[in-house]
Amino acid sequence: MLLDTTYNIDTPEGVELRLPVAGIGSRALAWLIDAFIKFIALIFGSIVLAFLGNLGQGLTLIGIFLILWFYNVLFEVFAHGATPGKKVIGLRVMNANGTPVGWSGSLIRNLLRFVDTLPGCYLFGCVAVMLSRNFQRLGDLAAGTVVVYAERDTGRASLAGVEPSPVKVPLTLDEQQAVVSFGERAPRLNRDRAEELADLMSPVFGDVNAEELRSHAAWLAGGEVSR
Amino acid sequence: MKQEAFEARYKDDWQQFEEWIAIMTAGRRAVANSGEQDNIAKGFPAAYRQVCHHLALARARRYSVGLQQRLNRLALDGHQYLYRARTPIFSSMLRFVAFGFPQAFRKQWRFMLASALLFCVPIAGMSVAVALDPDLIYSLISPGQVASMEEMYDPANDVLGRERESDTDALMFGFYIANNIGIGFRTYAGGLVFGIGSMFFLSFNGLYFGAVATHLTMAGFSSTFWPFVSGHSAFELTAIVIFGGAGLMLGMAAVAPGRKSRWHAIRDRAMESMPLVYGGTAMLVAAAFVEAFWSSTTWPPINLKIVVGISLWLITIIYFSLMGRRES
Repeated sequence: MLLDTTYNIDTPEGVELRLPVAGIGSRALAWLIDAFIKFIALIFGSIVLAFLGNLGQGLTLIGIFLILWFYNVLFEVFAHGATPGKKVIGLRVMNANGTPVGWSGSLIRNLLRFVDTLPGCYLFGCVAVMLSRNFQRLGDLAAGTVVVYAERDTGRASLAGVEPSPVKVPLTLDEQQAVVSFGERAPRLNRDRAEELADLMSPVFGDVNAEELRSHAAWLAGGEVSR
Repeated sequence: MKQEAFEARYKDDWQQFEEWIAIMTAGRRAVANSGEQDNIAKGFPAAYRQVCHHLALARARRYSVGLQQRLNRLALDGHQYLYRARTPIFSSMLRFVAFGFPQAFRKQWRFMLASALLFCVPIAGMSVAVALDPDLIYSLISPGQVASMEEMYDPANDVLGRERESDTDALMFGFYIANNIGIGFRTYAGGLVFGIGSMFFLSFNGLYFGAVATHLTMAGFSSTFWPFVSGHSAFELTAIVIFGGAGLMLGMAAVAPGRKSRWHAIRDRAMESMPLVYGGTAMLVAAAFVEAFWSSTTWPPINLKIVVGISLWLITIIYFSLMGRRES
């Protein structure tokens, strides 16, 4: 697991929470979506406000200011750490200790965004993301925040309907875990990929296909063999 | 215990926990309407600890990755609710104005002083320089800009400041907010680069202000320029110094982190500097208001404007030196 990009949070309960941190690619995508939304909001807002004359122009300028500096802050504080762009990509911001990001933390990371954009095209930010262990840009490092993938349910398939078949060879715990995990995942894989993965188990099981391996998984997970 | 038996046994508990999380995520009102309020208050911490326990068990027993992921997600959601820090920014605003802001200012007086010097010394230096050699202003500001500035403050004009009708007040308010607070934020953020950014913005604005003020005074526009700037100068200049000082705090942490790691020191300093950022922002909003709706008016006599300007300076000084001395 040396190359894993998992970020671990120690809890007072003595159990480690594991989160996949987000890299440059997905964050850039989220940023693009946000930039697009801000752009549309500004265009639309300024058209509407243009009818209000000078007052409208004043409000437009305030709106530009607020969107420029506070769009991220407001969403991060009120929408569970995710701007619309991050939400679409499946990212969220949280404090490094796993608690939701607050006003000060969010403000720090977004005010210091200015430094991340220097000298252009987020160069400082990108370098910082590449050099820091948890893919943090400078604002994240100063605010003590991380951007992680909001874990989605990968949709485990139940092994309940599968006919269990006993495993005749002794398996280590890790092997058992791999087999059961495969069993739960197999219906979501295409057939060739499933067979390919099942094939990896041939040193242990001998020649085994995906169907049989799923049956073994059902047995390992606790299914009773019907007589 | 086999995985399926384990899941079957605790399935309902997890589902209950998931429902509570969903209700809490929907907001405080949803909690009140759900009728689960008492159950959540009484049962949530225990349920959370149980989920943590199950996660640890699932890992130790090597249950499937999918199950571990689910429990990990549940535990994280619970963690977020149990250990969240409430920052009631709106309800504590009054306290902040009465105590927090002036106290933070005094506590960081070294940085405020350094920032003020970085701002004022260039003002003084540039003023003397431009007084001795008036052409020096063109090394900083283009002739076109100087000309338009002269036009703005020409006493022959009917309107003071940026040439405009009074119904553009709202427009200018927006402009000052966007422009000035943006400068303030950048002055602060620039401090992260070992303080260099803050020093640059402070000194540059100092040079700029010194050059313009001296140039216009020497051009004989004092009767328009000084009354215009006097009103908002107290809030605006103090706020820029505050943003600069807060930025210098970041820079100092980066240059001399002391016994902490560099980023640890910056994190702590950044948190410490936040009251100054909040307060500075509020001051710039106030300054923009004064600048847009008072500084540009032409009806008050010049003396009144100067008196108001001086009064605001006195208020600012008294506020930062005396307010919040006694924490209630």
